[in-house]
Amino acid sequence: MMATSYNAKDEDGHITVSGPGTMRSKKPENTAFKQQRLPAWQPILTAWTVLPAFFIIGLIFIPIGIGLFVTSNNIKEFEVDYTGVDVSSPCFNCSQNYMWNSSRPCTCSIPFYLEQPYQSDVFMYYGLSNFYQNHRRYVKSRDDSQLNGDLVSLTKPSKECEPYATNENKPIAPCGAIANSMFNDTLELFYSDPNGTLIQIPLSTTGIAWWTDKHVKFRNPAGSNLTVAFQGTTKPVNWRRPVYELDADPENNGFINEDFIVWMRTAALPTFRKLYRIINKNNNMIPTLPQGNYTLEVVYNYPVRSFEGRKRMILSTISWMGGKNPFLGLAYISVGSVCFFLGVVLLLIHYRCGNQNNSQDISN
Amino acid sequence: MARETAEEPGSAETAKVKRQRKEKTKENKTRTVHANILYEKAKGEENPNRLYADNKIKTTKYTLLSFLPKNLFEQFHRFANVYFVFIALLNFVPVVKAFQPELALAPVVFILSVTAIKDLWEDYRRHRSDKEINHMDCLVYGRVERRYVEQYWKDVRVGDFIRLRCNEILPADVLLLSSSDPDRLAHIETATLDGETNLKQRQVLRCFYDLDCDFDPMKYRSTIECEKPNNDLNRFRGYIIHRNGRRDALYKENLLLRGCTIRNTEEAVGIVIYAGHETKAMLNNNGPRYKRSKLERQMNVDVFWCVIILLVMCLFTAVGHGLWMFQYGDKRPVFDVLSPEGTDLSPIMSATYLFLTMIIVFQVLIPISLFVSIEIVKICQVYFIHQDMDLYDEETDSHLQCRALNITEDLGQMQYIFSDKTGTLTENKMVFRRCTVAGVEYSHDANAKRLAMYQEVDSEEEECTSHGGTLPRRDSVSSQQSARVVLRSHSTKSHRRTGSRAEAKRASILSKHTAFSSPMEKDITPDPQLLDKVNECSSQMDFMRFHSQPMSTLPSELSDVIDFFIALTICNTVVVSSPNQPRQKVRVRFELKSPVKTIEDFIKRFTPSRLTSSGSNNSSSSSLITSRSSNRGGCSSFLSSPSADSTLTKLDEEQRGPPGSLEQAFSPVQPPPPPPCYDGKASSLEEGELRYEAESPDEAALVYAARAYKCSLVGRLPDQVTVELPHLGKLSFELLHTLGFDSTRKRMSVVVRHPLTDQITVYTKGADSAIMDLIKPPDTGNSKGKRQKKIVSRTQNYLNLYAADGLRTLCIAKKILSKEQYACWLQHHLQAETAIQGREELLFESALRLETNLQLLGATGIEDRLQDGVPETIESLRKAGLQIWVLTGDKQETAVNVAYACKLLDPEEEILTLNADSQEACALLLEESLHYIQVKFLCSSSSPSADPATSAQAFHTDYAPPFELYHPSHSSSSSSSSYAPPFTVHRLGLVIDGRTLAYALDKSLEEKFLLVARSCRAVLCCRSTPLQKSMVVKLVRNKLKVMTLAIGDGANDVSMIQVADVGVGISGQEGMQAVMASDFALPRFSYLQKLLLVHGHWCYSRLANMILFFFYKNAMFVALIFWYQFYCGFSGSAMIDQWYLIFFNLMFSAFPQLITGTLDKDVSAETLQQLPQLYMNGQNSEEYKPYMFWMNMMDAFYQSLVCFFIPYFAYADSDVDLFTWGTPITTLALFTILVHLGIETKTWTWMNWLSITFSISLFFTVALCYNASCPTCYSPSNPYWTVQRLLQDPLFYLLCVLTPLAALLPRYFYRACQGTLFPSPVQVGRRLDKLPAETRRNILSLGRVKVGSPPPPALSPKTPFLSVNKPSPPGCNTSKEQRSFPSPRSHTHKQGQSSPAQGPTDSDKGLSDPYTSAPSDIDTLPYTKDAPKLSGEKSKDSACPDQTLEASELSLSSWITSTPLLTQTDSVQINLPPDGHSACVTYSRSTEDRPERSLHTAL
Repeated sequence: MMATSYNAKDEDGHITVSGPGTMRSKKPENTAFKQQRLPAWQPILTAWTVLPAFFIIGLIFIPIGIGLFVTSNNIKEFEVDYTGVDVSSPCFNCSQNYMWNSSRPCTCSIPFYLEQPYQSDVFMYYGLSNFYQNHRRYVKSRDDSQLNGDLVSLTKPSKECEPYATNENKPIAPCGAIANSMFNDTLELFYSDPNGTLIQIPLSTTGIAWWTDKHVKFRNPAGSNLTVAFQGTTKPVNWRRPVYELDADPENNGFINEDFIVWMRTAALPTFRKLYRIINKNNNMIPTLPQGNYTLEVVYNYPVRSFEGRKRMILSTISWMGGKNPFLGLAYISVGSVCFFLGVVLLLIHYRCGNQNNSQDISN
Repeated sequence: MARETAEEPGSAETAKVKRQRKEKTKENKTRTVHANILYEKAKGEENPNRLYADNKIKTTKYTLLSFLPKNLFEQFHRFANVYFVFIALLNFVPVVKAFQPELALAPVVFILSVTAIKDLWEDYRRHRSDKEINHMDCLVYGRVERRYVEQYWKDVRVGDFIRLRCNEILPADVLLLSSSDPDRLAHIETATLDGETNLKQRQVLRCFYDLDCDFDPMKYRSTIECEKPNNDLNRFRGYIIHRNGRRDALYKENLLLRGCTIRNTEEAVGIVIYAGHETKAMLNNNGPRYKRSKLERQMNVDVFWCVIILLVMCLFTAVGHGLWMFQYGDKRPVFDVLSPEGTDLSPIMSATYLFLTMIIVFQVLIPISLFVSIEIVKICQVYFIHQDMDLYDEETDSHLQCRALNITEDLGQMQYIFSDKTGTLTENKMVFRRCTVAGVEYSHDANAKRLAMYQEVDSEEEECTSHGGTLPRRDSVSSQQSARVVLRSHSTKSHRRTGSRAEAKRASILSKHTAFSSPMEKDITPDPQLLDKVNECSSQMDFMRFHSQPMSTLPSELSDVIDFFIALTICNTVVVSSPNQPRQKVRVRFELKSPVKTIEDFIKRFTPSRLTSSGSNNSSSSSLITSRSSNRGGCSSFLSSPSADSTLTKLDEEQRGPPGSLEQAFSPVQPPPPPPCYDGKASSLEEGELRYEAESPDEAALVYAARAYKCSLVGRLPDQVTVELPHLGKLSFELLHTLGFDSTRKRMSVVVRHPLTDQITVYTKGADSAIMDLIKPPDTGNSKGKRQKKIVSRTQNYLNLYAADGLRTLCIAKKILSKEQYACWLQHHLQAETAIQGREELLFESALRLETNLQLLGATGIEDRLQDGVPETIESLRKAGLQIWVLTGDKQETAVNVAYACKLLDPEEEILTLNADSQEACALLLEESLHYIQVKFLCSSSSPSADPATSAQAFHTDYAPPFELYHPSHSSSSSSSSYAPPFTVHRLGLVIDGRTLAYALDKSLEEKFLLVARSCRAVLCCRSTPLQKSMVVKLVRNKLKVMTLAIGDGANDVSMIQVADVGVGISGQEGMQAVMASDFALPRFSYLQKLLLVHGHWCYSRLANMILFFFYKNAMFVALIFWYQFYCGFSGSAMIDQWYLIFFNLMFSAFPQLITGTLDKDVSAETLQQLPQLYMNGQNSEEYKPYMFWMNMMDAFYQSLVCFFIPYFAYADSDVDLFTWGTPITTLALFTILVHLGIETKTWTWMNWLSITFSISLFFTVALCYNASCPTCYSPSNPYWTVQRLLQDPLFYLLCVLTPLAALLPRYFYRACQGTLFPSPVQVGRRLDKLPAETRRNILSLGRVKVGSPPPPALSPKTPFLSVNKPSPPGCNTSKEQRSFPSPRSHTHKQGQSSPAQGPTDSDKGLSDPYTSAPSDIDTLPYTKDAPKLSGEKSKDSACPDQTLEASELSLSSWITSTPLLTQTDSVQINLPPDGHSACVTYSRSTEDRPERSLHTAL
């Protein structure tokens, strides 16, 4: 600091031995900085001076808000809850299951009707609610080096993964609570042709994870064969298959399975959705999902009753601002209006009260 | 005071000393020093001096090894550091850990290491300067070499003989054994110790006095016994034991202190007594002072609240988590992770763990960086204060020193100023004004005219400079060009000043000449009448001398005159020096026996070569030798031998033999030279060029005055004073004793043998009170006695007159001792001198015995001129709401008059004078005054809080409102509130003398005294001792709970300076003790104005705002995480990455607020000085009131809600992941915080912009780097590529625009409304700043500023700021009663009260009272609607229509307003009869011509 030079001098209090010829004037320098006269902008906040700001903000925000709102409204979104808490629900039987590893696969199919055709790419999500993926101990319970293909971590998972690090003295791959609780329902979508046949809609399993996750963060352990690479490890307790059997495609298997990667990106809020599949648009002429009847086939594995959770399947198109969310538009509109309103209030204040002293002080 | 037993050498003590202390338990009272050379051969073990500290100094705190542990230990003394380390360590416990443990340590380590590096650097600097000092050279006697060899300072040991050469610095405390000086003296300059620039004489030990040849260390065999090392610079006691067993006493006059510089002495030899850290200089060196400021105390309270909030939040979360866990029961949701051991955690256990985790997560709420930031900001503030050109005094080339680094903001919160008078308000430059000799007054009109001329020159100068100075500063946003203008105007200003007195003074100081040599002080124009008398007298004496007539035939008046001047000349300790070599004393001994034959001879002798050329050692030593030898040979009988014993024996001889013949004594030094020749060359040589250096300025003033009458002091030796008198030529007075001045005796005396009469004469000079009591009661029998009586009474009259003029008075008296009396006294005195225990007391008693039965010669009046700008400063400080008390040791009359002169007391206001002789009387007086105040200001006490602004307005327009607003809570909480009048300040002055003060400060009376004193506008304590000063300050500070500032310049102010919250020392002429004790040292009193009003205000408002902002910032940031707990099962999860969480405070948001905290100026310096009222802002802690903390907290919670929930809803039910959602929130919080700071920033310089840009870019840079650096690290957040993706997301930008705006909308709106509806005074000041300079000046000068007009009642909750232009309220119109309480008019008072309807008319008439309304209008001018002219007319008009005023009174009263003279002032004296039993108190007007107005009030 600039000031320490004499600060220290004060402290040591030595007998200063000043040599000859040190009769230098101690006069401070006359610089704008040292004399605290730096040129400065001095805004004074009064009703009159801030008025323009309020009006301008109002005038800018309201159109932006309207634009956002319209954009959000143009996004088509469809949601099916297939938790099956209701007795009438097709999935009710499956939902009674508390077990993670029930051997008998439970399937149910839910029919639904899309009122509007979906023109562009459609994103298929699964949604969970009341699932606290952001729980502190849960979030921590992973080993990133293991997921990055580190061989040491593969066999000796970090203790963050405890108590999901080892099972029967074998290291778990992937370890940790997040991986252990991976969503394992299988969703399939069928379009009921007007003539009654069910056409399975092709769902793309790739491109749903972040590029950096798939290519940088997550890597399979080195080895020609995944099965060999994962030798000596065991699958997470709740899993039915080991990690190297997640997908047939070797580019989407093991740690770089995109469903796994998506799951590993822990959600911020207890009600969340995760991208499951993408329905790519094939033809410009035909809508990706035409209007009509659909059936959702669910292999119901994931128990949510223990935490009163809900499971949903969401179909959504996407705009430049993401999924459907009218909130931001409304927020912009309301903040803009409030600003405008406050601007008017300030104008009133200025003309009723501010006038007297302002004019007296300043007009002189 | 027993220093020998309880020595506390302080931090400088080395381990060695401690060990030594243990070992030397057997001789714990003294130290014995042997000469080292005797033991050179012996092994170290046997050297008796081995246990004493060596001369190597080490002021460093640390060594390389001990640095880390010791520094850490010291830092952990600060509670906050311990807390943060505790939290960081908590992170290492796996169950509760929230962050990566290493990362959590980062901030603490950062803070600790910043402090450690600072300490290390400072220590290194100390080490380097230690090394430099330790390696300086000095000459030490080596036994082997048998000569003095060069050694490093650090190798000097106790018991070494060292030889000192001229201009060398003393390496240790040395006992002077030999000096090349013919008088066996060594001169030292103690500037480095106490700042006093005059030379001090040190004497060679008497027993080594007679050595003719050089001192030979080999022959030294004595042992020295002296006190243990202590830090008392002014005391040294001990004795030297010679081989033959003889003991000689040692005095402080024999000791040369380390750090002093040898001057005027070619060589001196001494033995080292104390070395290194045991030297007095080092023991006196206690480091900087640390005080805790009021703001910091307040801040600590809020830090405490933060802790509570933190605990509440943690508890809430913990309970929430427990409940959350509980609701799942046994179902074990999959996301609820088991403990690492795989066991289940019970809800209660996890809640407990979570509590600790939350403390870690929320730790940011306790601002770790706050303490460091405050320190940095304060250092910068100190730097800027230091750099202020306006606080730089060109004349002395000194500027303000901040010695306490951490109480700058206290300067902005002062409420009481306690000031010393002499040297603080006044210049402490004594100018001889008038004198009275033998009852005849010599008015020195010509001298007065001359002084007036100086004054005119001064004031003219000031006008010019002030005109030139304000011109360029008008626009606050000064461009480069205007800066140049300032520079130019400044240079012209300095040029102007250099033209006159200032230049002379500066030149004299720069060239190290004596400080008392300005022509104003030196050139005294003699009074012609007195000059004639002096001439006549001396010619008569000359005549008589030639005719061998006894001197007693001289007319007594004339002899008094000549005695008076002789006393002026010799009764002092002035040293004569010649200007060419100011440090070379004139030391030619005027031999009485060898008359000068010719004038040429005289001149030749008088200007020896050594006077003009100090370098030529040869010639000087030869001349010295000659003079010395001639001494010895020539005048053994007459010149006193230096030792007192021989004086005594000589006396015996003289008594036996016939008294020394007059012939011999009068043998002329020189024949009276022919007048023309004398006046010509010779006089120009001596008189024009001799300089006097005195320890106190009044001594010099008197000597200069005497010189004006041709009685000049031409030489002073320890045993002889040479005076040159007209006609008589040079006379040498044998100086037998000097009884120095002390503050208890208040006088000094010299005992001389008068060369003309050969009588032993005592000349005494002292305070009139001290002398007058000692005057010999004249026996009225003979004419002489009658004359004496007349002289005494007349002199007393004149003394009173002088005092009334504000002059310092001194009485001069003499006494002639018969030989027997002298011998008798001498016997006792010698005993006293040689005593070791209680020597001071014995000497004191001895002096008392001598100074009795004096014969009064006359008295002098010396003016102590006010410093430049003192009245203006006091006025403006008072407008700033500061109560100013003056505590002085001066006598009442002088003090009162200076108080009038510096506008402390107003001629228009009444003065309560408290003089009591006993405790009961004092109690009675206080009771009476209280009663008086209550009755007189009944109105204000009857409606204390109902309408404070208006009731206050009636009396004390500009002072009262702030007090009323601020103190009601206090006065109600005070224990004495039952009878306490509301704390208002009336237009009253209180004068109390030291004796009464002593009674009043008694426990039983202090409450009452305070009640009286605090209702007075000005308090003046005269004749107060240093202890009383500090007691008063302590009392006010503790009882009234106010911030106190003490300012003083002398040693007597030190205790007061230390007691006050802020001590200010004036680095003036009275040494540096006050400065050493002070927190701030100023070159002049008037600088206090800018220091307080501008820098104090700035420092306070900057720091207050910064602290509040810190609290806000941390609360806002932490609350974000708190809200998140509701969405993560209260699990202690944070969406903000741990890195951001930890570095947010430390790095991302730190710089802008530091810049704002350092540079922000709410109001410009000019406006602050022109509107002192703005200072009340700080006094009342407007910027940081307790509720503001909570307001800020509320705002923080609101803002964090906005910053949390806008992203929450924007991302609700989306696939956003934890940190992709948390990062925007962090960014938003950062933006919000920065914009918030922007709203609170009053001035935007490029530094502000830069710092904000820097902050934002730093955040993004760090975030980008961090997020790109490692895909697998930073568990658990693992934010790889998060920011990069966010930056591609338009939603992120939309949020960044919307959220800060929505968050700050209320604050912005509030600030705008506040600015319009109820602007604070500061805002009005700021608005003034914006005006063009010309307009602003006009407004300020015309008093057109209406700060805060009466707002619409519905909209303004606050009372307007100083709305004095409202009509006087009815019923409260006692203003006209103010001075009429004791008068028969008091019935009108009741009328006014009983019929409120009469109010308005009364209030119109109220203007008629010249004592109240008119001045109040003037006082409040800057704030009222009227131009000064208008009100002036009003006050003139007003004198007429009051019917009740008698004609005489009317004319008198109108006259009073124009002539502020004490005798005419309408003051109320409350005097008790001295017996104290009378139940009657006299209120008497001091106006003498109206005795009939005095009123007796029965109790």
